Amino acid sequence: MEIMTNDNWLLTVGTFLPLVGVLVMLFIPKAEEQLLKTVAVITAGATLAVGILTLFRFDYGQAEKLQFFVDVTWIEVIRSNYTIGLDGISLPLYFLSMVVTFLVIIYTWDNMPDAGNPKSFLILMLVLQVGMAGTFVAQDLILFFVFFEVVLLPMYFMIGVWGGEHRQYASLKFFLYTMFGSAFMLVAFLALFFQTGAESFSFMHLVSAGGLISNEVQVWIFAGMFLGFAVKVPMFPFHTWLPDAHTQAPTQGSVILAAILLKLGTYGFVRIAIPMLPEGARAWAPVIAILAVIGIIYGALGCLAQTDMKRLIAFSSVAHMGFVMLGISTLTTLGINAALFGMVAHGLITGMLFFVAGSVKHRYHTLEISRLSGMLKQMPRMGWILGFAAMASLGLPGLAGFWGEFPAILAAYSPGFGLNVTLFRTLMVIAAVGTVLAAAYLLWLYQRTAFGEPSPEFSGQTPHPVGAGVNADHHADHHDEIRDVTPIEWIAWTPFLVAIVVFGVYPQLMFGVMDPAVSELVARLGESLNP
Amino acid sequence: MGVNTIPSGWFLENAWLIALIPAIGFAAIIAFGKKLPMKGSEIGLASITASLVISVGAAVQWIQRTNFVDETTEGYVEPVIKTWTWWQSGGVEFGLGQHIDGLAVLLLLLVAFISLLVQIFSLEYLRGDRRYTHFFAALTLFSSGMLVMVLAENMVQIILGWELMGLCSFLLIGHWWEDGANSRAALKAFFTVRVGDVGLLVGTAIVFFGAHQWAVDNLDSHGFSVQAISAWALSGDASSSALLWGSVALFIAAIGKSGQFPLHTWLPDAMAGPTPVSSLLHSSTMVVAGVFLVARLYPLFWEGLSIGPGAINLIAIIGVITLIVAALLAFVQNDIKKVLAYSTVSQLGYMMLGLGTGAWLPAVFHIFTHAFFKCALFLCAGSVSHSGSHHSFDMKKDMGGLARKMPITAGTWIISTLALAGIFPLSGFFSKDEIIANVGYNGYNLFMWLAFLGAFMTAAYMARATYLTFFGTPRGAAAGEHHDEHHGDDAHGDDAHGDDAHGDDAHADAHAEHHGSHGPHESGPLILVPIVVLTFLASIAGFTNAVPFGENFEILKRYVEPRAEVVAIEDTRLTIAGGPGQSVGSLAPQAKYDDACGFAAPPEGTVCLFPAVSHAPFKWSKGFLALGIVGAGLVSSWLFSVALYTRRDRRLVGLTERFAPARWGYQFLWNKYYLDHLYEKVIVRAVAYPIAASAYWFNQKVLDRIVDTAGTSTRQAGEFVYRNIDQTLVDGAVNASGFVASETGHALQPVQSGKVNQYGALLFGAAAVAAIVLVIINV
Amino acid sequence: MLAVNFLILAAVLFSIGVFGVIARRNAVMVLMSVELVLNSVMLNLVAFSQITDSIDGQLFALFVIAIAAAEVGVGLAMVLMVYRNRRSIALDELSEMKG
Repeated sequence: MEIMTNDNWLLTVGTFLPLVGVLVMLFIPKAEEQLLKTVAVITAGATLAVGILTLFRFDYGQAEKLQFFVDVTWIEVIRSNYTIGLDGISLPLYFLSMVVTFLVIIYTWDNMPDAGNPKSFLILMLVLQVGMAGTFVAQDLILFFVFFEVVLLPMYFMIGVWGGEHRQYASLKFFLYTMFGSAFMLVAFLALFFQTGAESFSFMHLVSAGGLISNEVQVWIFAGMFLGFAVKVPMFPFHTWLPDAHTQAPTQGSVILAAILLKLGTYGFVRIAIPMLPEGARAWAPVIAILAVIGIIYGALGCLAQTDMKRLIAFSSVAHMGFVMLGISTLTTLGINAALFGMVAHGLITGMLFFVAGSVKHRYHTLEISRLSGMLKQMPRMGWILGFAAMASLGLPGLAGFWGEFPAILAAYSPGFGLNVTLFRTLMVIAAVGTVLAAAYLLWLYQRTAFGEPSPEFSGQTPHPVGAGVNADHHADHHDEIRDVTPIEWIAWTPFLVAIVVFGVYPQLMFGVMDPAVSELVARLGESLNP
Repeated sequence: MGVNTIPSGWFLENAWLIALIPAIGFAAIIAFGKKLPMKGSEIGLASITASLVISVGAAVQWIQRTNFVDETTEGYVEPVIKTWTWWQSGGVEFGLGQHIDGLAVLLLLLVAFISLLVQIFSLEYLRGDRRYTHFFAALTLFSSGMLVMVLAENMVQIILGWELMGLCSFLLIGHWWEDGANSRAALKAFFTVRVGDVGLLVGTAIVFFGAHQWAVDNLDSHGFSVQAISAWALSGDASSSALLWGSVALFIAAIGKSGQFPLHTWLPDAMAGPTPVSSLLHSSTMVVAGVFLVARLYPLFWEGLSIGPGAINLIAIIGVITLIVAALLAFVQNDIKKVLAYSTVSQLGYMMLGLGTGAWLPAVFHIFTHAFFKCALFLCAGSVSHSGSHHSFDMKKDMGGLARKMPITAGTWIISTLALAGIFPLSGFFSKDEIIANVGYNGYNLFMWLAFLGAFMTAAYMARATYLTFFGTPRGAAAGEHHDEHHGDDAHGDDAHGDDAHGDDAHADAHAEHHGSHGPHESGPLILVPIVVLTFLASIAGFTNAVPFGENFEILKRYVEPRAEVVAIEDTRLTIAGGPGQSVGSLAPQAKYDDACGFAAPPEGTVCLFPAVSHAPFKWSKGFLALGIVGAGLVSSWLFSVALYTRRDRRLVGLTERFAPARWGYQFLWNKYYLDHLYEKVIVRAVAYPIAASAYWFNQKVLDRIVDTAGTSTRQAGEFVYRNIDQTLVDGAVNASGFVASETGHALQPVQSGKVNQYGALLFGAAAVAAIVLVIINV
Repeated sequence: MLAVNFLILAAVLFSIGVFGVIARRNAVMVLMSVELVLNSVMLNLVAFSQITDSIDGQLFALFVIAIAAAEVGVGLAMVLMVYRNRRSIALDELSEMKG
């Protein structure tokens, strides 16, 4: 892995800038809500600006190299360094995390969850952003692990404090389940460290040295990492924390959870588990593929059984991440590219769906599918956005979702490195059936919620004109609140909608960045698997 | 023969604009359609017109190109292929492009033309509709999607267009989504087609990986390219299992899209959409996408399903089943649009039968003619409901005797019906008879007779529908009655099948204004002009490939059917262009060789791109036989209808109640062979309820229980450990050590007497002991 | 055999000193007994110095004399203080250190 040390301040600033905002906010009294929100928006905006600068400074001609590379001694005793860098694999996710945090904070402007206290909420969100960005730039296992875990705590509080009815159960489950996985992961990391001669935790070293470990040991180390990452993805059967966490989390939490947090797991597979343990990856690939496909079908069936819109969307994540993992398990450039694309696409689309679900909840105070109907009539724009996101989610070509799904299916037809072709082809067909089920649950959801006449329960009044604030009088009769998309919502959502279309129409934008890095990754895999 | 010497021309080179313009039109309508004076419909019309103009230009230039080839080499007419790299991943290129040959030109022309007429028709038909702008936007997007697919240079582009059409079909069927029946029909259509789409995805994958390496090695192309797939399939190098499974999978997609048995059930329900949608998407264009797919990748199916050797294959079987099964259903429909829908399914069965038996050209020809007369029939039905039957489509309740009130509609309907039935010299005669003749000629005798039976039934059910609609005594709305319920929520509130309501408050009310209280009358020019134009074309379209009149009339054969020539690849390799919009290199025709393409592998260094399909010579004996059968069908059905519906003949009325086998048969048909029951009540219900519920149960009660149990048992284990181990054992040990220390201290307390002498004694005693020990050790 | 005599003398002195430490109740007597013990040790040192033909022992003896002087100084001072406080220097009455 070659490195480029240009502009090496960029990533550090981009990652830790939110902490500056946090510091400032700590000194602002709780009551100054507007000021707090302004500071948070400015901080997130500044972070995003650094992200945009990173996009411009990134050398796309050499996307396979680690750029903006920094390597400073950190904890010398355990040979862990502060090593960060960015290549084509991490750039899209790194940038996505900044965009999503920014938009979510903007969304919070008008849609503070009921528990109030924007100060803590926004501070947690900014800390969360540090963790997410850090995970994507870390090039050292210990650093990675630290960031990976930093993410947990803010999310735990976000769900536990601002969540729904069963928030405590959900948050605790989320926290413990992830910690459970992390424990195995840490053991695997340490095992990898000692097996490679206890020299360094840096990715580069481990990638070159990990392949030399004997096969059997690799398989065991991979198993540990698999547990850690699979819980995070989440893969069947480690997914049960997800519906609860998603359903109970505040809208902002759900969006971040879907858009970024789940990607930490898949990113871990692509960045750490597979390149460092090629033999382990080959041994585990069929297992991953089978679980992925089970997840696709199972998640879809779970969706069909839901009566709650948000829980349905949460279950759809299980199915979609199944496609991502199927792509990864093929160990081909085509498949891993598709998986990376699918991650970003799923982040955008499911994030969008959660936004809509949150706004629906805000207006109707319920997400029971059977009680919602005729949304298109009451809030035409919201209804169309929901339809758009549903269509994108079910993989309509021309929108982003398709380019994660179709190439993953395609890649499963011919997996790499002597993986069992018959198995993968069978899985391909089953995965393709999963697309039908995706259409079924999404359109069924859409038909039941958006089409038809509004239910009498909520149709007391005609929709208000766009533009009125939603928070105005919260506890008044809720019939007054059925109004269409607000300006703040437009601001927060438009980038999502645009990105879904842009990546759908011109996927090369992302594939061009990822392809060189993934090609090199697969080439290196090939060197150790087919010497 | 190099690329430069073959005339191509601007229109052929830029045919991709045909699909792009409506796409831009769609975006424009969405963006600012509502602000325009005609609510965006003008953009739709303008973009489709532009597409049509380019299509006509392309057609003219294609004819010139073919003529030129005929005058010089009489060989293969090279398609105009262009490709742009859309994106690439792991060395696989996904392109967009155009593949313009005779088939593409024919369908471009057809789709653009019919789209235009239907949009004109919709101007009047949907006037005042609440979502007028959306309607035109979706129609325009549909045209774009269909054109994208027709133009497609590669499989990915086909998928793109295919799914766009599916989306538009969903939007347009569900146009009046306030009504639950419409939204259910939309869902059903999308979902059923999507089931078939599994085949499209899987088939594309199979074919891609089957053909890719071969295409790279031999043609410098890739496995998505339509041309490369064709060449690969006919090369003799292709693995037979890849061919077989690839073609089966892709045919499943065609079954879904083209309403073939057993996935045809969505198509009649799709009639819930507005009539222009039915006429455009669900009769003339979108539903032929499956047929087009098979026709486009014909070499693949030819080899994969052994059509060449005359094997009984999947396509032919499905085609013939569809044509019979659907025709039977058309007899028991009361809804005029459903009769037409089943008729469409049946005619699509003919097309598939043709393709499955090697009759490529007749099948494509039938796409062409069918589009005109079926679209005309649907628009007539729309005209009747618009002006004659007060938005009802129920022939038994609200129609009858309309011929006098609506002469033009009735006249065009009858002409189109005769064209559909296949009366000489209308178009259906030529196309359908060619299919039947070729089916027989290629050795499928049983299928030929079944096809004749289908022709008889077609004539019969159309005669019944014609009689019920335009003749006999006026009933219901056709008699000028104004039932209030038609202004109500559900135009078919009391209807037996209950799921075919087309009413919409806004729609109905808008019309109530402008034709207020007067009864049935003829429709306005915006409605009639498209119908008349289509009917005219339905009458004469048959002469584009009128085999009975000799070679000069076989225009489609000359210009549309690709020629089964071997083509050299060694000098001018098929190159995928590097830059945007570059033409793909040319294929030079090779000297003739003895074995025909599709029956033997082409010689080294050459490829075949189309199999040598046979063409049945026309026999007047068969022609007259067909005419006789059709005539018999028309006459017998007519007499039957007169007897049953007008004279109320005692022997016929209530026959289905009195006579058990008839009742059973009627019930069987009325329930659509119980296929819908199977799908909706059994499969969908099973998946949506018990299976999903049990999966969810498994999730909640097993997986989640495991997690929860793990959590609770960990907690309990913790409590146990705390109580029994921590508090007793560990803490006990700690406490015990303290206890031991204190007790020892107490035991030793007396030693600390405080007496110096005693201390001194102890000290010296200890020293003495130590000294003794030392002495002993040292000794 | 000279050396052995020295050693025997030292042992006798030591034993007398030990007996004095253990048996006497008067603090001053105990202090003096300690001095006896110390002197016996000193005698041993000098004797061994003679036997091994090195001056190390004598050197140590000089140190011990100095320390013994200091010790007696401190010891007598303490005894004096005890006497002032309690009007008695009987050791068996001084049992505040009892545990």
